[in-house]
Formats: sequence, structure tokens, C-alpha cells
Amino acid sequence: MFKCIAEIKKYQFLIYELVIRDIKKKYRRSVLGVVWSILNPLLMMAVTAMVFSTIFRFQIENYPLYLLTGQIMFTFFSESTSFAMASIIENASLLKKIYIPKYLFPLSRVISSCVNLLFTLPALLLIIFVTGQTVHIEMTAFIVSLALLLVLCFGVGLLLSTAVVYFRDIFHLYGVVLSLLSYATPIFYPEKIIPEEYQWLIVYNPLYYFLDAFRETLYMGMLPDIELILRCAVIAIVALIIGVYFFNKHENHFILYI
Amino acid sequence: MTETVIKVKNVSMHFNLMVERTDSIKEYLLKLIKGKLLYDDFIALHDISFDVKRGEIFGLVGLNGAGKSTLLKIIAGVLKPTTGEVSVNGTVAPLIEVGAGFDPDLTARENIFLNGAILGYSQKFMASKFDEIIDFAELKAFIDVPVKNFSSGMYARLGFSIATMVQPDILIVDEVLSVGDYRFQEKCEKRIENMIQNGVTIIIVSHNVTMMKKLCTHAVWLEHGSMKALGSAKEICAMYV
Repeated sequence: MFKCIAEIKKYQFLIYELVIRDIKKKYRRSVLGVVWSILNPLLMMAVTAMVFSTIFRFQIENYPLYLLTGQIMFTFFSESTSFAMASIIENASLLKKIYIPKYLFPLSRVISSCVNLLFTLPALLLIIFVTGQTVHIEMTAFIVSLALLLVLCFGVGLLLSTAVVYFRDIFHLYGVVLSLLSYATPIFYPEKIIPEEYQWLIVYNPLYYFLDAFRETLYMGMLPDIELILRCAVIAIVALIIGVYFFNKHENHFILYI
Repeated sequence: MTETVIKVKNVSMHFNLMVERTDSIKEYLLKLIKGKLLYDDFIALHDISFDVKRGEIFGLVGLNGAGKSTLLKIIAGVLKPTTGEVSVNGTVAPLIEVGAGFDPDLTARENIFLNGAILGYSQKFMASKFDEIIDFAELKAFIDVPVKNFSSGMYARLGFSIATMVQPDILIVDEVLSVGDYRFQEKCEKRIENMIQNGVTIIIVSHNVTMMKKLCTHAVWLEHGSMKALGSAKEICAMYV
């Protein structure tokens, strides 16, 4: 544990460089550059809002904000975990030549997705102002749930990046899992519409709790429920432990398979 | 008595050929059913032991597939041996194979910092060495060009320049000295000679026996993963040819 912290400290410049690289590459050669971070969720939100508010007519107060909080959070999860999953294989040529702690690659991927999420916050603020939502100081408490989500993503990322080294099938499978998750999580619909017999879908969906915590702060403008935060913390830590366990167990053999 | 910087002790490396070829769950299950999964042991290295002392230029010779590169990877810490151990005393700088550490989409400037970070240096340190690296690689005019647009010679020059900008304790060279044109090769050789004078330890793999004879002080001859001979470079090279 202490060794790990010392190692991260030693390689903090590398983490920084890797994060910068991801961000630079994402926006290189696009005219609007980082503005896309704000524009993209807004446009996505507009499209989804158009579809769902005309077809389904959900009874949700301030639907754009409801939708945007859900989308931003889910995008972070799906982006960071799928990038982390690929990170070991993508850096195969490097890992074969020189010793670097391997977990730095999934870690930096998750961090760069988090930085991306922070770039999208102006979009959120914009929607809050445009829809006339009152701004509460409690909203800043979303940082807590974001930090926990980051831990969850890192844990899942470690697990996936290990699995994908041995079975490339996971790449294809995970895309399906993600789209399943996006429907099983109340991102664009109110959780009330889930029928009684399908409630288990969200009860056993870890992302649901994180989404709830996000919405309590950013959408409803209150401090998140302590019990909810504790649940998120337990989920995140369990995911981290599982991820670290599998990653540690197999990392010495990665090189034979990548 | 000079101190031992690399101690290789009873190192063996086994690969499982069957498992290595399974890349998908389907194949894995099929092989599991057929019971073929676990047993096709390939011995890449068998019971290798030797010591390298400070300042030695240590050559590894042998035919293709003798296990030279595997041994280098174990010394660099990239691979863990199946049994036995390697202790290394000092900083190891692998001469990264041409461009392995580069991101083609980034510019030369960005790649220098990225590569430095990979090698474990700090930002401050890289900033102070930046001009020197660019000067040595003779790429001043191309600093802000993405390296995917570089020629292979430019790639190699930049890689060599970064890897050798500081004096490491141990330099690992895997058949990469033949980079660039003759003028740049001379420059590389001069830099390596400089390092030797300053007491660097070098481990080198090459098929170029003439060069090995000229450069190395000691050598080990590997054949099919076992040590065939160990001794001074002259003897070993004479035996090998």
C-alpha cells in the first residue's frame, strides 16, 4: 500500500503526461477543440430530450437537467472503463520494452475521463441557468460521489484490462453490457416507471446508486443521503479490491499475451 | 575488486505455448475440453547464471531463438523469470526499440516529455535536457511536427537521443546501434564510448560478431536456452563463429 503511494508519487509526471496526451489527442485537429466537451453533451441531451419528451411524455420536472446529469455520469463510466480496458493492450509495445508499473495505464485513462467530465461542467451550469433552476451551495457535494465513482471506474477498469489481455472477446462483449447498463439505469426515464417485478434491475445495478447520489446534489440541490453515500463507498471499494486482486495476480504474465 | 551490478542466478523461463495461442474464450474452452490447455511447456531459458561487474561490456551471442532477448527482458524487469532471480544494482536504461515509446500523433516536443516520463524522469529535468536532446538528434526544425510524419531515421535519432541523454548505470542495447546514416552512427558510437569511459555497464545483443569482438569485454553464448559458454568476448566470439 505504502509502496504503491510512493510509486505513484515517483511516476506522477508520467500520469500527468499520459492524461495530457489523451486530452490533446482527443481534440487535436478539431476546430472547436475543447468546446466540444461542452457542446457534445448539450447536443446529445437536446436530441434525447426531443425524442423522449415528445414520444413518451415523462412527468419529470426540469427534464433537460435530469437527463444531462444522468448522461454526464454514465458517459464518464462507460468512457473511462472502456478506455481503461484497452489501455494495457494499446501500450503493449512499451510494456514489452521497459518496466513501468502497469496499473498506471488504466489509472491515467480513468483520470483523463474524469478531467473530461470536469470540462463538461460548464454545459451543466448553462442548463441550470437556462432552465431557471436555483443554484444551491449543496450542489458542490457532487464531488464526493464523483470521487467514489472514480474509484469504481478504476476498479472495473483494472478488472477489464486484465480480462481483455486473455480474452479479446471482452471488447465486443463489454459494448453490449454497456448498452444494457444504459437501459437498466434510469438515465432518461423516471425510476417510477419501472414495474414492480423489474425493480431488481435497479436494486442490483451498482450504477443506479451513483446516479442517485449525483442527482440528489446536482438535480435536486441537496446534500446526498449519508446512507446512499455509504452504499456507493462500499460498492466502489469492493470493485477496487476485486480489480486490484485480479490485476496483481496476473500482471506478471501480461507480457506473454500482449 | 569491482562490484557486481547484475547478478543472474539460476534463471529459468518457461512458456506455455498452448495457452499463449488462445486469444478468445471459444478457443480456450475448446482446448480446455480437449485437455490440451496446460501442458506444452517450452523452455526458453534453462538455469542461466552469471555476474556482470561494473564497467563490463557484456555481450549475448547465439542463434535466433536462443533466448537472448528473453534474457534481456528479464534483466530489464519486464519479464519475471519462472524460477531463479535477477538482482540489478543501479538504474537501467533500455535503448527502447525504435519508436516503441512514441505516440505517432504527438509532436516531437510532446514525445520527448512523454518518453522522459516513461523513463522515470521529472518534468523539470526533462525541460533542462530538452535542448540537448533536440540538438543531438538534429531535429530542431521539426520540433512541432507529429512524429508520424518522421522518416525512420529521424525516429531512430530521436529515440537514441532520449535514451542516452543521461548516464545510466546499466545500458541495455538490443540490436539498435544501426540507426541513421553513417554520420549519425559515428555520433552514437562516440556517445557510447563516452559512457564506457564514465563507467557504464552495457549489456548488448547483436548478430554482428565483428562489432561484438571489438566492443565487448565479456560474453555469454546461449544455445536453445542453455548457457553454452561464458568467458571473455574474444574467446566466445572465436568459438561461436
